[in-house]
Amino acid sequence: MVNAAPTPAQPSAAPGDGRHGGHDGGHKAVLEASDIRRALTRIAHEILERTKGGGDVVLVGVQTRGVTLARRLAERIGEVEGTSVPWGSLDVTMYRDDLRLKPARALGRTELPAGGIDGRVVVLVDDVLFSGRTVRAALDALSDLGRPRAVQLAILVDRGHRELPIRADYVGKNLPTSIRENVKVMLAEVDGHDAVLLGPAAASGPRHGGGVRTEVK
Amino acid sequence: MKRHLLSAGDLGKDDALLILDTAEELAQVADRSIKKLPTLRGRTVVNLFFEDSTRTRISFEAAAKRLSADVINFSAKGSSVSKGESLKDTALTLEAMGADGVVVRHNASGAPHRLANWVHGSVVNAGDGTHEHPTQALLDAFSMRRRLGNLEGRRVSIVGDILHSRVARSNVLLLHTLGAEVTVVAPPTLMPVAVDAWPCEVSYDLDAVIPKSDVVMMLRVQRERMNAAYFPTVREYSRRYGLNGDRMGRMPEDSIVMHPGPMNRGIEIAAEVADSQRSTIVEQVANGVTVRMAVLYLLLGGSESALGGAVPVPATASAAVSMERDA
Repeated sequence: MVNAAPTPAQPSAAPGDGRHGGHDGGHKAVLEASDIRRALTRIAHEILERTKGGGDVVLVGVQTRGVTLARRLAERIGEVEGTSVPWGSLDVTMYRDDLRLKPARALGRTELPAGGIDGRVVVLVDDVLFSGRTVRAALDALSDLGRPRAVQLAILVDRGHRELPIRADYVGKNLPTSIRENVKVMLAEVDGHDAVLLGPAAASGPRHGGGVRTEVK
Repeated sequence: MKRHLLSAGDLGKDDALLILDTAEELAQVADRSIKKLPTLRGRTVVNLFFEDSTRTRISFEAAAKRLSADVINFSAKGSSVSKGESLKDTALTLEAMGADGVVVRHNASGAPHRLANWVHGSVVNAGDGTHEHPTQALLDAFSMRRRLGNLEGRRVSIVGDILHSRVARSNVLLLHTLGAEVTVVAPPTLMPVAVDAWPCEVSYDLDAVIPKSDVVMMLRVQRERMNAAYFPTVREYSRRYGLNGDRMGRMPEDSIVMHPGPMNRGIEIAAEVADSQRSTIVEQVANGVTVRMAVLYLLLGGSESALGGAVPVPATASAAVSMERDA
């Protein structure tokens, strides 16, 4: 098995957890904490601009690190505009197209703000955009939860190698990578500190790298 | 890796908690306008029911359909079983139809174990004779957890026909695994001979147990299995082992009353108790669908079963073995 799937012993470890684990050997930081902060601030401004003040925006983070990023974006928008933007979390495990390639995984939490997503502009938030398969699953999951007026995509790192016709509306950093490389996003809330690391695909199973294209985002 | 769910005793603590946590996340699907997930699309689940059952079969059917599986219902009445087909031939027929999961209810204890050796799909025991009913125990544990939180150290009393009850056996095994303290209460005639080997306390006096129970689970008086005189009259049983309003008044605050259904109102449980705030009986039915969705997802959703991935817990495994002997 290439991916370090969450073990049943840790049900709280939502899907994809462990993807950032493994060795740090050979990884170099392409974004530092301050770069991530600036990128999120810029995305917050862009969202406000594109949605004309963000009046009907709902931020929906994809489990697990997307949720952290969605919360930070909501805070940032609050600081800039003085309004509070509703945010929620979305677990796409049940909608993934690679479910049959691994044992069933523990589920993460899907929690939408009280107002729901009907008629709102949903901004999906995730850490890394790679094959686009996670976003496809997220779009399917959203359509079962309601009918947004529009769906946009905010991403911290776009590393290329798309396998589906999907692109991001807001990008923190475009990061040209080799398919053999591995991108790790570390966030203080989950990993203790903020950084985006780029390195060779580790044998311990990076999710964002290696040759196994079917099980990556 | 455990491909089947045959006994609640097969589940280690990690497995049991994985199922309950998965069910917790799936519970919200029931509140949505679209109560369906695409996860088991293209998979076939056969409901193989050799014994009458409404709620369990419908519950499994709803669970499989909410996960988008194709469901084939097979009941022994009006099928080739009534023409004398054996369990094995029925199993091979299902195999040929490509069943990924087989949910089986049978009046013979151990039938699902036999079936598990003949089919390639996952077998889920939906009740076999007087042996086990693991998904009922899981939904009971789930219902308790939703009302009471963590089950560690909680005191659960299971009252009634322990001898014939597969629900009691599965609950004792699972609740023990989850760290609850279980007491079984019954008249001596309705207590299994080898109950000493079960991981629970035994009592013959309901009134002594009531004040120190966080959960009182009443079992149905199974008149269809009682071909001998286990108690003098229904009225006497009801007076000594039935849960009436007076007894419920002596239960601790926040404690709950459960019943796996179908109830005999006025025999093991009084109507005022069944309809009270403490009763979880209606919740149990709703939770049944959710928990069965979790079981089907974990067994059939991935490339292989997600259960049994962790190191098995020896204590519960040995308890399960000792129980199988007296089955």
